[in-house]
Amino acid sequence: METVWTDLLCIGAGLAGERVAIEVSTAGFQSICLSIVPPRRSHSSAAQGGMQASLGNCCMGEADCPDTHFQDTVKGSDWGCDQEVARLFVETAPEAVREMAFWGIPWNRIVPGKSVYFKGGKPYEKTESEENEGLITARGFGGTAKWRACYTSDGTGHTLLYTMDNKVVELGVTVHDRTEAISLIHDGETCIGAVARCLKTGRLRAYLARATLIATGGYGKIYRESTNAVINEGGGALIALDTEIVPIGNPEAVQFHPTGIVPTNILVTEGCRGDGGTLLDVNEERFMHEYEPEKAELASRDVVSRWMIHHIRRGLGVKSDHGDHLWLDIRHLGAEHIKTKLREVEEICNNFLGVDPITQLIPVRPAQHYSMGGVRTDKDGAAYGLKGLFAAGEAACWDLHGFNRLGGNSLAETVVAGKIVGKKIVAFLQGSESKYDTALIKGAVIKNQERIDGMISGRAGHENVFEIRNAMQDVLMERVGIFRNGKDLQKAVDSLQGLHEKSRRVGLRSNGRGANPELSLALKIQGMVRLALCVAYAALKRTESRGCHAREDFEARNDRDWLNRTLATWREGSDLPTLNYEAASKVVELAPGDRGYGVCKIISCDGEIIGA
Amino acid sequence: MGRELTFHIFRYDPEDPDSIPHTDIFIMEEKENMTLFIALTQIREEQDPSLQFDFCCRAGICGSCAMVINGRPGLACKTLTRELPKEITLMPLPVFKLIADLSVDTGAWFRAMNEKVGSWIHTSKKFDPSAREERMDNALAEEIYELERCVECGCCVAACGTANMREDFVGAVAMNRIARFMMDPRDERTEDEYFEVIGTDEGIFGCMGLLACEDVCPKNIPLQDQLGILRRKMGWNTVKHLFRFGSS
Ligand SMILES: Cc1cc2nc3c(=O)[nH]c(=O)nc-3n(C[C@H](O)[C@H](O)[C@H](O)COP(=O)(O)OP(=O)(O)OC[C@H]3O[C@@H](n4cnc5c(N)ncnc54)[C@H](O)[C@@H]3O)c2cc1C
Ligand code: SF4
Ligand code: SF4
Ligand code: FES
Repeated sequence: METVWTDLLCIGAGLAGERVAIEVSTAGFQSICLSIVPPRRSHSSAAQGGMQASLGNCCMGEADCPDTHFQDTVKGSDWGCDQEVARLFVETAPEAVREMAFWGIPWNRIVPGKSVYFKGGKPYEKTESEENEGLITARGFGGTAKWRACYTSDGTGHTLLYTMDNKVVELGVTVHDRTEAISLIHDGETCIGAVARCLKTGRLRAYLARATLIATGGYGKIYRESTNAVINEGGGALIALDTEIVPIGNPEAVQFHPTGIVPTNILVTEGCRGDGGTLLDVNEERFMHEYEPEKAELASRDVVSRWMIHHIRRGLGVKSDHGDHLWLDIRHLGAEHIKTKLREVEEICNNFLGVDPITQLIPVRPAQHYSMGGVRTDKDGAAYGLKGLFAAGEAACWDLHGFNRLGGNSLAETVVAGKIVGKKIVAFLQGSESKYDTALIKGAVIKNQERIDGMISGRAGHENVFEIRNAMQDVLMERVGIFRNGKDLQKAVDSLQGLHEKSRRVGLRSNGRGANPELSLALKIQGMVRLALCVAYAALKRTESRGCHAREDFEARNDRDWLNRTLATWREGSDLPTLNYEAASKVVELAPGDRGYGVCKIISCDGEIIGA
Repeated sequence: MGRELTFHIFRYDPEDPDSIPHTDIFIMEEKENMTLFIALTQIREEQDPSLQFDFCCRAGICGSCAMVINGRPGLACKTLTRELPKEITLMPLPVFKLIADLSVDTGAWFRAMNEKVGSWIHTSKKFDPSAREERMDNALAEEIYELERCVECGCCVAACGTANMREDFVGAVAMNRIARFMMDPRDERTEDEYFEVIGTDEGIFGCMGLLACEDVCPKNIPLQDQLGILRRKMGWNTVKHLFRFGSS
């Protein structure tokens, strides 16, 4: 068996993983990043719209500051976030954007003079000052008081990831791509690395590290309709669950993005609405301003998605073979704007829909988009439960997003958390020594080899792994979606428990040799179903509505009983997760109140009922 | 009823001692708006779960899924089956090392390419966290972004006659990358330094200018223009070097 030693093992080479590796390497420690795909293909590359930071350069962002960014973020989270982390985040974001500029991002810049912008389909005029010419500009995004999302056309994630990986190449950081971590090595107290499977040869490898970071991104692919990449299957979350110790924070907090295209669920960015695009119904009429007079199309994502489904349920959706949908209209932004600021959107529409967005409407419907939940960490990025284990990026529940993430805050989180957690890992490495228990390592590898052999020989059974995966995705999609209720959630839990049973008996139909893709999925399926159960069961137990978690049978946000965070762990032999709870935020800078958009129905901390 | 599609797919897994290179045939019914991503995923799930290929974003953004589709390199996820005849032949990209079936090792190739061209901002300055960002003209930022849109899919390399003949040829993608940094005022490299990287037969002088690269680029990167600019610049640089050599 091949064994590799390093100071830091980064599981994941997206923006978060690479930013941490850069910090740690710069401090003189060795880091190795693992990734399922070549690093530049990580899903960060698909982010389009922008990265939030309160630079306050452009005229629509004038007087912006970390305080305003903080308020937007806490309100967006529906007070589910950790306010200390949100504060740390907003204070660091401007520096993070500037550092990325220094490393080479071609951020769009301020052009002085008058120009037209659109809001609610109507043109308005704005004037950029001469004085700010050439500084980094920003666009509007949902749920924000100011234009704050810095961007490069609509390829922001792409330029960020390429620039980040350029830095990785410059520093000579080692990346083992096509290598998938399949379990953590730990003794119940300390994590000392991971067992990984090489996706070129199929062979197992042990990575031993003084610090291990989970930066595996989101897990949208436990849902059928998701904007996420096909590799976003929750590899990091499920190896954490597998420890029986490390909890997943707020698994029930799942964001649906208003504008996935129908049918493929490929995202078109929130920047479309930020730049003035509108949502239309079957009569080609706007409707969001009727529900949200103040923010209209630019309320937060949870709110817009709910109103869209509500509007469709009222019979005002557009009928199609792929189910009802609504329209996104960006025609009025004009060819020049679309061809320079919304290029990917244009390409996606042309290619996948045969639609020209300059002259035609885009069919859209909410699709699963972001996992606010993830490996629960403290504010230093250290995972609960195991020493030497850290997490950052979408895979983590660091928790600045609470129950709803604002657009543009995730790219910013990856870079900011990468900087902060990276520094904390450096401090940890300076004070740690390596102690490796060879029996423990051998045991971990043998256990995984046995799992593989069992699946190949059919010893465990002959359940079809694709069928289990598809059934799981359908259950979540149909019963744990945008609107939830006790009856459906209970049914979801029941069905998932059946699938969990089946997942113990998976057998391969192919020979499992080399980098066999059926085996890759088979190794994850049980963990994926467990993760799905965490989502469904935590949603069932949370008898209130908060951010993206909307219960039809408990419509109020209940700050008296539920101003807290779910912590889900899994005990081996069990068929349900164990749920514990902790206060949402130890430090409360901004007391719970009205978000200013969405339905305001609150049971306050002292039990007062507001807006019923 | 959709058309009946017949897929001829190259199969070989070097990791499997029983595997020999051959073609497998799969038949399936075409559906509305079917892409090669949808078709191949369905083949894997319903007909042969060992079939290897690479998809990630399935939206034409990440560059994972390049393969040779009826003789032409392209991104499989954004190729609609209705644009193809009903006989579809899929081969892995040439030039890159085969992993298995339709999957090739672009990761190692591009990492080496990025190291070779020094694909990062070379600067003697230090980042000052307390300072405002340096200014840049928006038009220049957009020009840089235009070249930065490359997704490292490898189509241009696979289609290139020179790259297929000589292993050390850097390819249009590398020259585009150099052009991107030459345009960027933050990069302090001189023309001579760039010349050292691509002013050779492995670089711009190995290029035969037939522009298969630009034809197949799924991101429509203006490779022809960039190659032309480099050829002129590097050509002058050669002359300069000859002159200096002659006069010393
Ligand atoms: C279509 C789309 C558009 C978006 N647009 C925006 C936007 O405009 N603004 C914004 O702020 N946010 C946006 N987001 C969200 C944001 O892009 C992501 O949350 C963020 O990029 C995640 O970065 P990451 O580094 O955490 O994970 P990723 O970039 O997803 O990287 C995960 C890494 O982990 C690796 N990995 C996974 N599992 C394993 C394993 N088991 N072993 C080894 N490696 C593994 C992967 O190979 C990859 O390298 C968007 C998201 C999507 C889906
Ligand atoms: S123009 Fe040059 S780089 Fe492009 S395909 Fe021809 S030889 Fe290759
Ligand atoms: S230049 Fe075009 S074809 Fe070549 S790697 Fe980049 S995107 Fe692909
Ligand atoms: S899968 Fe990303 S480009 Fe095709």
